[in-house]
Formats: sequence, structure tokens, C-alpha cells
Amino acid sequence: MLTDLYVFADSPVHRARPVVKIAALVVLCTSLFVFEGWIAVTVAGVLVFAGFALAGLGPRHAIVSLRPALWILAAIFAVQLYMTDVVFAGFIVARFVVLILAAALVTLTTRTSEFVDGILSALRFAPSWVPKAQIALAVSLFLRFVPLVRTALDDVREAQRARGLDRNLKAILVPLVVRILKTADEVSQAIYARSFD
Amino acid sequence: MDTRDVVFIALFAAIVAALAVFPPITLPVVGVPVTAQSLGVMLAGGVLGAARGGLALVLFLALVALGLPLLAGGRGGFGVFLGPSGGFLVGWIVAAFAIGFLTELFWNRLNYVVALAICVAGGVVLLYAIGVPWIAAVAKIPVGTALTGSLPFIPGDIVKALVAAGVIVTVKRSYPIITPRSRTQKQT
Amino acid sequence: MIAFTDVSVEKNGVAILGGITVHLKERRVGIIGRNGSGKSTFARLFNGIEKPTSGRVALDAPHEREALRRHVGFVFQNPDNQIVYPIVSEDLAFGLKNLKLSARETQARIEAVLERFDLTHLRDRFTHQLSGGEKQMIALAGVLVMRPRMIVLDEPTTLLDLWNKRKFMTAIDALDEHVVLVSHDLDLLADFDRVLHIEDGTIVADGDPATVVAGYVASARC
Repeated sequence: MLTDLYVFADSPVHRARPVVKIAALVVLCTSLFVFEGWIAVTVAGVLVFAGFALAGLGPRHAIVSLRPALWILAAIFAVQLYMTDVVFAGFIVARFVVLILAAALVTLTTRTSEFVDGILSALRFAPSWVPKAQIALAVSLFLRFVPLVRTALDDVREAQRARGLDRNLKAILVPLVVRILKTADEVSQAIYARSFD
Repeated sequence: MDTRDVVFIALFAAIVAALAVFPPITLPVVGVPVTAQSLGVMLAGGVLGAARGGLALVLFLALVALGLPLLAGGRGGFGVFLGPSGGFLVGWIVAAFAIGFLTELFWNRLNYVVALAICVAGGVVLLYAIGVPWIAAVAKIPVGTALTGSLPFIPGDIVKALVAAGVIVTVKRSYPIITPRSRTQKQT
Repeated sequence: MIAFTDVSVEKNGVAILGGITVHLKERRVGIIGRNGSGKSTFARLFNGIEKPTSGRVALDAPHEREALRRHVGFVFQNPDNQIVYPIVSEDLAFGLKNLKLSARETQARIEAVLERFDLTHLRDRFTHQLSGGEKQMIALAGVLVMRPRMIVLDEPTTLLDLWNKRKFMTAIDALDEHVVLVSHDLDLLADFDRVLHIEDGTIVADGDPATVVAGYVASARC
């Protein structure tokens, strides 16, 4: 729904409950910093590798996930190499690689709707001071409106292209923002009209 | 916090998400790709104000932390917060809040120069003040080195502040949402 | 059915509607008027989206505090601004959840409304992937599923093509509920029981469609 990142497959990783996957990810990422050292990175790396294999994800998925961070990782490696040695530089970068791949493993094997169902069912156990109805509404509205904002963005760019302004960010963002604000006002009227308090 | 505020928060979080697919501009000299998402952060604060702007980013980043692939390049998941750019992500909340707070404070005197100063203060200075030490900590490098390494990104962020300030001032004229802070204080 | 007593609306010191008094009992009421005449604001008074600055809006049997909002449904021009949830069945359930109905009753009502308009095949679809015509039908279904006694529609056919407009109006014609339709499409009002013409925030003409529409058309000649 949001992006085409979800990789269709039927594997134990895909079938695992989102709550379990999210919790596992938090534990794994945190341990990498608590138990600092090659042992933790190696264990986590093996686990993530096993997860990728189990989920049927290949090196291609790993590369796509790592690409946005490549420039920063290269820079950090260079700095560490200059300051310390190749072993420590490798450790720091390997830890980041494992972190990124672990997060990607969860993202690639969980549907957006599963995440949201997970959030909404988790909200049921939240204490009473949490504005549950408002949070649930905000999450649903967010998912409902990401595609709408994208369409609006495309519309505005097309309109501005006709005027030769499609490289002008301000000429694109002002109409987009004003349109979204007007939409927001009408959406809140519609929500009120349907008896939400 | 009424329904209208919830809708604004959700829709601006959606704008930040939608800006992930906005074609990145590559700066000619250093070759650093600049995505439009942090522009959305400045707009959230400058258009919605402190509380709603900050909460829009809280919503967005909470969904990112849970694993939704909402960051540019389709990244998401708790791991990204412990990665090199984690500080900048957390800083987005602070930046949106700060820009919103300053915009509310200077609402009656808001012109392009004031808005630009606010965007630079919140969206560049404050953001780097959080993001740079974070890189230093997780990558175990000195803060000075982390700052030097981040310098190539600053021109792009200045460009975003230039654009955001223009948008904020124009939207203020055509569809103002913010209640100025000075006036609300007088009323209470 | 619904009575307006000396209703005025002001926004930021500007008078939008002034001293409207009217009692509407008819099953089909049309509202016409040029852009900016105040007709949209008037329409939004019916179910309390807008509140009168002075005066009173009341249903004939106002025993409940939330009577207006509970008994009057509202359909907007753009269904994209009305559909709140990403999946059709979730969106239909939204209003019912707010009415605190049981899960079983909610489910039954959703099935019934989908069947009533022959929309059952859309139940599990993503709302953003629907066509414009389908979206407006879902927006209508999302209001009717709450079983209002009256339904107000603000230019609901503006964004629809000729076919979808016919389909939508066929559905409207078949409704047992009272209907108030704001429209620039004067043909749609031909069979209506009563038409109000609003200009500069007041009702300037009120009567059968033929007379009121003719007067409106004449006033547009310049």
C-alpha cells in the first residue's frame, strides 16, 4: 500500500506475528550496543543472515537496503581507519550493516496492514490516560492520506510543469500545503459529521 | 487537542512520508543526495506550530520505528535509530517543535527573513547539534570529525530552509493555521 | 422535519448568513445559489458541522442532545475528504463504531448497505484505489449505514461523469430518507418538492422547482 517493498513469500519469517518481529528487532539492536564487541556482531549477523535465508531474500534485497547508507558508512570507515585500525573500523561498520539489515528483514517481510493491526491491538492494552481513539484515528488517517498526498503532489507538479515551474520547489509546495490544509479542514468536518468525538 | 488537530497531525505526517519519493536533488560539487523529507519537518513546524508540528513527526517516526518503510529509500525499523542518521531522525521532532514555537512567537512579525532565520536555527543549527554528537557516539569518532563529515550536507539543508521559509510565509497569508503565542498568553 | 429560527452565522466578523427562518417538511428539498452565496454554510447547519452565531436549528422531535448530528447525515462534494479509512469495510464501520454499536450489528449493517447499493464486491478494496464514482457511492453508504432520518448532500455530483451522476442520482431518488441537495446542476432538482434559492446569505426565493429555478436562471443573465 505504501511502497512496493514487501516481498511476497510464505515463510516462517513472513508468518511470524509483527509484534514478535518488532520486539526481536528492538532486542537485537539494543544488544549490539550493550554487549559491544565482535562476538555480539557475529551472533547477530548470523541470525540476520539466517533470517534472510529463511525468508527467501537474496543479496539483491540486502544491497538495496544498504545503498542509502553507503556514503556515510564509507566515510565512517575511512575516519576510523585513519584514527584506529582496520579491525575497529570494520567492527563499527559491520555493526551498522547488521542493524540496517535486521531492520530491513522486518520491513521486507511484514505488510503495512499487519503493522497497523499490531499497533491497534497493542493500543488496547495501553493505560487509560493514553488517547487511544485519537491515536488509532491518526494512524488510519495517515495510511489513508499518504496515497492522496502523493496524487496531489503529482497533480501540482503537472500543473506547474505546464507553466515551466516544475523545478521550482516553492511553486510546488505552496499549492500542495494549502490543498492539504483545506482537505484537513473538510476531513475534520466529515469526521465530526459521522459522530466521532 | 480536538479532531481537527489530529487530522492536521496525520496529514502532515503523510506529507513527510510522501516527500520521501520526491526526486532527490543531487548537489553538483560534493555529490550528496538531498531528499525533501527534512523540508517537510520545517513545514510541519512553520505551518502547524509547535505542538501539532512536533506530534506530526512523533507519529511519523513512531511508525518508522515500528518498521514501516517510510524514510527515503524505503528504510524503516528500530535499527535506523541506532544507525548513523538516528540523531537526525530524533532531531526532527525537536526541530519541528522549535520551528513551530519560534513561528508562534514571531507570528505577527513573520516575514521571509524572520522565517528563514527560524528555519535555519531549528532545521539546521539545532538539528545538527543533536545529529552530529549522535553520529560521534554510535560511530565512536570525535565530534569534530563527525561535524566535518556532515558539512557537505549543510548546503542542501540551507537550500531547504530557503524554500521552507518561502512556503511558510506564503501559506501564512493564504491559509493561516497557527494561533500566535503572544496573543494567546494575553488571553489567558 | 427541521426548523430554522432566525439563524445567523458570522465568521471572523463577516456575516455569512443573516436571519434565516424556514421550516422544511418536504421529502426532497433543493438548494441553489451562486458561489459564495452562503449555501454551503447553510447546508452545514443541518447536522451541526456549522453552529449558528444566533438563532436555532432543531429537528421536529428534538429529544436527544445530539439530535442534529445523530439524525442528519452529510455527504461532501469530494469523497476523498470524507473517506477516513484505508479499506472500504473499515470506513463503513467508522461511523457505527462512533455510535457504539455491537460488532454483530455493525457487521450486519455494513453487509446490508453494501447489498442495498450493489457494492458488495468493493468490501475489502483499498479506498484510494476506487474510481471517483465508486468513492462517492462509498461516501454515501458510509453516511446511510448510520441510518439518519435526513441526508444533506453538498454538490455531490460535481466530480462525477455523466454515467456516475445518473447512477448516483438513481440511488438518491430511491431513498426513503429525507433529502436536501445543494447543486449547481439544476436538472437534478426538477422532480423535487421544494427549492430554496440563497443569495447574499438569505433565502431570496422559495417554492416549487420550476418557478425558483426559472428565477435563478433569469438572475444569472447579464
